[in-house]
Amino acid sequence: MAAQETRIITKFLRERPDDSFTIDAALANGAYEGLKKALAMTPEDIITEVQTSGLRGRGGAGFGTGQKWSFLPKDVFPRYLAVNGDEGEPSTFKDHMLVEGDPHQVIEGVIITSYAIQCHTAFIYLRGEFGLGAERLGQAIADAYDKGFIGKNILGSGFDLEIVLHRGAGCYIAGDETGLLSSLEGERAMPRIKPPFPAVQGVYAAPTIVNNVETMSTVPHIINKGGEWYASMGVNRSTGTRIFSVSGNVERPGNYEIELGMTFRELIYDLAGGIKDGKELGFFIPGGASSPWLIAEHLDAPLDMDSVQSELKTMLGSGAVMVFDETVDPLLVAWRIAKFFAHESCGKCTPCREGSGWVEKVLYRMSHGYGRPEDMDLLLGFGNNLALGMSWPPGMTTICQLGPSVMSPTQSLRNFWYDEIKERMARDAEARGEILVRSEVPA
Amino acid sequence: MPFTPANLDLARETIAKYPQKKSAVLPLLHLAQDQDGHVTPAAIEEIADLLDLTPALVLGTCSFYTMFKREPIGDLLVSVCTNVSCLVNGGPDLLDHLQRRYAADSDVTVEEVECIAACDLAPVLQVNYEFHGPLTGPDAETVVDEYKAGKRVARTISGTRVGKS
Repeated sequence: MAAQETRIITKFLRERPDDSFTIDAALANGAYEGLKKALAMTPEDIITEVQTSGLRGRGGAGFGTGQKWSFLPKDVFPRYLAVNGDEGEPSTFKDHMLVEGDPHQVIEGVIITSYAIQCHTAFIYLRGEFGLGAERLGQAIADAYDKGFIGKNILGSGFDLEIVLHRGAGCYIAGDETGLLSSLEGERAMPRIKPPFPAVQGVYAAPTIVNNVETMSTVPHIINKGGEWYASMGVNRSTGTRIFSVSGNVERPGNYEIELGMTFRELIYDLAGGIKDGKELGFFIPGGASSPWLIAEHLDAPLDMDSVQSELKTMLGSGAVMVFDETVDPLLVAWRIAKFFAHESCGKCTPCREGSGWVEKVLYRMSHGYGRPEDMDLLLGFGNNLALGMSWPPGMTTICQLGPSVMSPTQSLRNFWYDEIKERMARDAEARGEILVRSEVPA
Repeated sequence: MPFTPANLDLARETIAKYPQKKSAVLPLLHLAQDQDGHVTPAAIEEIADLLDLTPALVLGTCSFYTMFKREPIGDLLVSVCTNVSCLVNGGPDLLDHLQRRYAADSDVTVEEVECIAACDLAPVLQVNYEFHGPLTGPDAETVVDEYKAGKRVARTISGTRVGKS
């Protein structure tokens, strides 16, 4: 039987696409029931329940959500919750759907989480480009205030909470958890050195929990149905369901919520309809532009956060699966991703600021017919200064993960097409008959 | 021009939401951009004044973020994605088509942007931060022209809401 979706956090928005974002429709669907249940529990019990569920952060790093909450230093107040809805990892579009389609689910998760970690101000940092998303989330927050789900003495529990919707303004690195905190403080979104971790010193140097929008959307369901129920789904330490954003050369690009443990083949072929126009698969990127790539022989591997890292040396990251058919030039994709990172490098750490630009320049000439025979080795040589060891997970020479991510496409070129690319560069150089210096390479 | 009285009230309301005033830099820059069409040097000064910051700090933050335009642009900002999922679905051709079509039109500014998180619509673009896709060059032209002719109502230039600032 063809693989199916398991819809938990996407069920309602799929069933009622016309009005799922309104308070009336959400209430009719049982929104905020989890909140009522949570307010009758102790904060510690909520944290334990979420730990039991095995829920891991859906933003990319996959850290245990309940565990993260438990890292807050005791008796240090105020503390804050910052929800990460910056969603900038190329080809990820799940949070976009969640805030537009089911904002009350996000808000309910935020209130429950705030109660669990005992914070009284929560920020939702939403990507600036989400015009409609900000409008719907803003309206949903206002409606939730009116109904007494946010504000003073929520539903008579004595718990107070303010939620502030904060729009970003176009910046990938604001999606890094410490970059987000800098941005929230009104500064350039430059990541900060860890430790201190945000749970100890985050926004305004106060303890801060940073959680993704999808993670927040999942919390109400765990409270409603229990951690054991959630943990009964999934595979190994990858419990529950996750949304995968499938795009590129597939018949049915879109968001698919599936039980973890399904294979890439089932996701790409059964759900997303396979490769467009009857072509064959060339390669695919399993977890956003930062992750090293995979090819057809990896299709039967399970979507398991740990085994993808240990066996396949890549990651499920943000859940963005990009699929490319046999006619797509891997060098062109590698160049475009490098161009993205060069554009988004914040400039704080030298290896990334300088390196990302050079990688882009070299990959540009390689992918546009101006490559040199030694270019592949050149990239691998200086790439090691950005991603120590040139494997996954990489050694770090920069504060945040953007630095080593610059080299993921190059690593992938080396893994699958090293000889082929070297030969192609030699052929290109011969056909051209001369080596062009940078200023002579046409843009 | 300085914040209108209504926007000044809105600015003060926004500032009051944050535990520390400085956090209001981004929202106030959006507000100024919606009002003036782009972020003017005078707005930088006024925001600095409202938040007890130096203009240099506000400008430093402002120039870091791609949504803030510090030069006048058209009333319609067309942002075309050419990142990988759009790349393999015709994004660069779409960008090229629109850049040529509106090169001499001061009402429309066409820009290339990085992934805007709507890859199921690839090749996708935004008009004042409203998503449209998938689109061919001529289809996109129709959409933009409909905005120009008032058959579609555009969002404000910072995308905050539908309608005039």
